Amino acid sequence: MYRVYTEILEIVGDVLVVEAENVGYGEIAEVTSQRGTSLAQVIRLEEKKVFLQVFAGSKGISTGDRIRFLGHPLYIATGEELLGRIFNGTGLPRDGGPPLSENLREIATPAVNPVKRLLPQKLVRTGIPMIDLFNSLVESQKIPIFSIPGEPYNELLARIAIQAEMEIIILGGMGLKYDDYLFFRQRLEEKGALARAVFFVHTASDPIVECLLVPDISLAVAEDFALKGKRVLVLLTDMTHFCDALKEVSITLEQIPSNRGYPGDLYTQLARRYEKAVDFEGAGSITIISVTTMPGDDVTHPIPDNTGYITEGQFYLRNKMIEPFGSLSRLRQQVNAKTRSDHRTLMDALIQLFASYRETLEKRAMGFKMTEWDKKLLHYGELFEKKMLSLEVNIPLEEALDLGWEILCTCFSPEETGIKRSLIEEYWPKKVGSEEK
Amino acid sequence: MGRRGKIVKIVGNLVAVEFAEAVYQNEVAYILHNEEKLKSEVIRIRGNIAELQVYERTEGLKIGEEVEFTGELLSADLGPGLLGQIFDGLQNPLSLLAEKYGFFLKRGAYLKALPEENFWEFIPLAKKGEKVKAGDRLGYVFEKIFKHYIMVPFSFPGIFEVEEIVPEGKYNFKQPIAYLKKEDKVYEVFMKQSWPVKIPIRAYRERLSPQKTLVTKIRLIDSLFPIALGGTYCIPGPFGSGKTVLQQLISKHAEIDIVVIAACGERAGEVVEVLRTFPELTDPRTGKLLIDRTIIICNTSAMPVAARESSVYTAVTLAEYYRQMGLNVLLLADSTSRWAQAMREISGRLEEIPGEEAFPAYLESRIAAFYERAGVVRLNDGSIGSVTIGGTVSPAGGNFEEPVTQATLKVVGAFLGLSRERAEARKYPAIDPLISWSKYKSFIEEERVSFIHSVLRRANDIYQMMKVVGEEGITLEDYIEYLKGEFFDYVYLQQYAFDPVDEATTQERQKYIFDFIYEKIIQEEFLLENKENALKFFQKLRQLFKTWNSEIWQSAGFKDLDREIREFLNERRKVKSNV
Ligand SMILES: Nc1ncnc2c1ncn2[C@@H]1O[C@H](COP(=O)(O)OP(=O)(O)OP(=O)(O)O)[C@@H](O)[C@H]1O
Ligand SMILES: [Mg+2]
Repeated sequence: MYRVYTEILEIVGDVLVVEAENVGYGEIAEVTSQRGTSLAQVIRLEEKKVFLQVFAGSKGISTGDRIRFLGHPLYIATGEELLGRIFNGTGLPRDGGPPLSENLREIATPAVNPVKRLLPQKLVRTGIPMIDLFNSLVESQKIPIFSIPGEPYNELLARIAIQAEMEIIILGGMGLKYDDYLFFRQRLEEKGALARAVFFVHTASDPIVECLLVPDISLAVAEDFALKGKRVLVLLTDMTHFCDALKEVSITLEQIPSNRGYPGDLYTQLARRYEKAVDFEGAGSITIISVTTMPGDDVTHPIPDNTGYITEGQFYLRNKMIEPFGSLSRLRQQVNAKTRSDHRTLMDALIQLFASYRETLEKRAMGFKMTEWDKKLLHYGELFEKKMLSLEVNIPLEEALDLGWEILCTCFSPEETGIKRSLIEEYWPKKVGSEEK
Repeated sequence: MGRRGKIVKIVGNLVAVEFAEAVYQNEVAYILHNEEKLKSEVIRIRGNIAELQVYERTEGLKIGEEVEFTGELLSADLGPGLLGQIFDGLQNPLSLLAEKYGFFLKRGAYLKALPEENFWEFIPLAKKGEKVKAGDRLGYVFEKIFKHYIMVPFSFPGIFEVEEIVPEGKYNFKQPIAYLKKEDKVYEVFMKQSWPVKIPIRAYRERLSPQKTLVTKIRLIDSLFPIALGGTYCIPGPFGSGKTVLQQLISKHAEIDIVVIAACGERAGEVVEVLRTFPELTDPRTGKLLIDRTIIICNTSAMPVAARESSVYTAVTLAEYYRQMGLNVLLLADSTSRWAQAMREISGRLEEIPGEEAFPAYLESRIAAFYERAGVVRLNDGSIGSVTIGGTVSPAGGNFEEPVTQATLKVVGAFLGLSRERAEARKYPAIDPLISWSKYKSFIEEERVSFIHSVLRRANDIYQMMKVVGEEGITLEDYIEYLKGEFFDYVYLQQYAFDPVDEATTQERQKYIFDFIYEKIIQEEFLLENKENALKFFQKLRQLFKTWNSEIWQSAGFKDLDREIREFLNERRKVKSNV
């Protein structure tokens, strides 16, 4: 019993206004024009006027086109059938496979009751020392990679996805370049991970409104897997496109922007998505790693700023390295006391010495005199950058810890590291002398 | 049949309703949507149209659906059984919701904050024939570790006579415990009462000015920027600078009777942390579990936006309620910016004329009125109670020039400003001593505090100079002054939250260590021939103090280090005297 309307009163931006009755807020409609059929969602109701946001955009829609209200909110198919498949932002196949309509689930799911959440406590291993050792990733964490265009953030995402050993991988691509999309597919395929992955991809050439749906769809599917006990990793790249789509839409709706053109509810919009990261009591979990490219490399820009206020830390990817300062996993203390007894202390010592190294670099750049201590630090800094910082390095946490001791031992005497005696006795490498060569 | 209306407009969480009979500003209304009843509040009335902010998601609502007005303002239930609970912004008990509905919060599902059937052992205090007024104590029950007084409802106007009071025994909320008479009419009183959250409870004799220090056991706060019982403070800071960790530390260690945590529009995970750890931690003051003195009101960022506002008001109402029993209550709100943003969202939908950064013009007065609910009061029976309010602020871009921070700074008594630089250098708590201030009095001698402030400022000036001219460019005296400032910062201001001893320093210990550093290091001169020696001297001293900070107060290890440090200082002091 669908209701069909053919009288479009207004078209502003990607929003159509029609007169219709008995329409629910947030309900979905189908708009059929000469270009084909697109879905649209009710975003405002005023007396008889219904405001519809058209997912495929309003280009080519004429005032005489047909609108059919479907009487339900936006649904997405969920479950095992989706594995290995690739869809667009509205959930239609983009891999030539059949469309799915199994286990339909509303994409706007309610919030999880906080008392049903578990404390995040499981370490996720990535094989990247700058994460595992210094900013441990924890199951159910939400953490973005703050970066700038040109940096290998998608490579980093793919690598984490493959090495993290999660049961399900869901990729939500927004404004993704076609090449990047192919890259993800290829990498996961090579490593045999495609069969446990689902892709929802909006590319740079797709309609902007579809971009807005990608996080919701990805997370609704993830949530379904998690409720069935699966440990799910959701990758969202690039959330800056999502925010810019929000901005564009809110401006066409003549909403008063709060900050540099972004809508006042940007925080709420982002939080609603990121807060889907969860470890369910008695079921599975969702971990979210996203990419946020910072316009103008400025972390105070509204997008990274609002993101930082929501996520549990951030990784700064700069000069192809995960920057040791500024990067922070806020959940690391939940796990790094239980890995190995030297983990926390070694992490602190290595970082403090690296900070001193950076200061020495500054001093050197200003032409100040280099002391013996400065020279030691310079030696240390170089080794640290090459053996730990570089994204090339791929070793398990325990090896990274051993490597840390080795580097310290090559450059310093035990006292100079400031590490307490008991740990030195247990871990300081015996074979090499503590003298610097 | 109650008053009704019909929906004529829906935009996000704002719904406009056409009505026929009178509608009250701020009254609660329910939207009737199929089987669901969605709670909302009238926030503007124009002609025969009332605009409602809906405390739920509005998906599926339709034009023409009915709305039922209740004639009541949004209210909180007050009575025994609140302590140790976790509520949402509308005071729904989340544990019960979880039992009933599972993983997800269910729209339109409202449960009573306090179970009606539970029996409490009531002990009467008032006598038949006694004259009483709002806030007077009729009797009490034991709730956890407190005497929970049952009072004459705050909404009862004027003087009443106790017509009858029940004898000692077990009662529940459905049984009256007293009958009060006024002008020949008799009113029943129950152990539970209700109060509109947006109106301050004023059933006390007078307001007093906050004088006593609230000891938080955080050295930087207590010694340099103290908070007063019944005072207010704010913690603005960019993301990740440590606002929440600081509030959590205060909630654990503050010397206070009751803590109300309002988690407003922030991460659910942070609430979970409190929820899962507090039942296992003991309060050293009472030896009882921390959770027993704590109430959590949470409206996390994924929960409906309008309820952020109600969460803040519900929290402060509960705080005032326990204050009426002569207790000291601390309300921690994290983050007030999210509440301000909720005001901004709804103001935008109302198409009000926006102020700076699109915040509504009434932002300032709302913030001021909220903090105004803090205070010390003398109650009807002469005893003293207080509500202290501490709110975090999350300024856009970490820039304190924005409207919420500025409005807050105008009304609070202490400003603990966190800086990104200090947080990135892992100098925790990242309160910047150069910008923060407090109008309250510390337990450290005032002269000494202001001297330390000047030492810190001077050290910073020298540091800035060194950045330009290098270490070589400044005198040895300046260098030592710089090292002294740095030293004080490192061993006293910085406090390691993850060390079981260092995370909380008692007043007694703070005084001892502060005076020790002040007298024997800051005010002293040492034999240091050159900068390298000076650096080594202070590095060694740092190491000693750092270890000292982790030793239990007055333990053998503590005393050993005390001696070791005195000896070390004696060796290097210029003019020898007894330390
Ligand atoms: N006192 C402290 N001791 C040790 N670490 C701290 C301390 N304060 C903060 N941190 C570190 O900084 C991280 C961020 O702190 P916190 O969550 O309190 O920031 P915030 O200011 O509340 O940020 P947001 O505005 O995003 O909520 C913590 O997870 C912890 O790693
Ligand atoms: Mg916080």
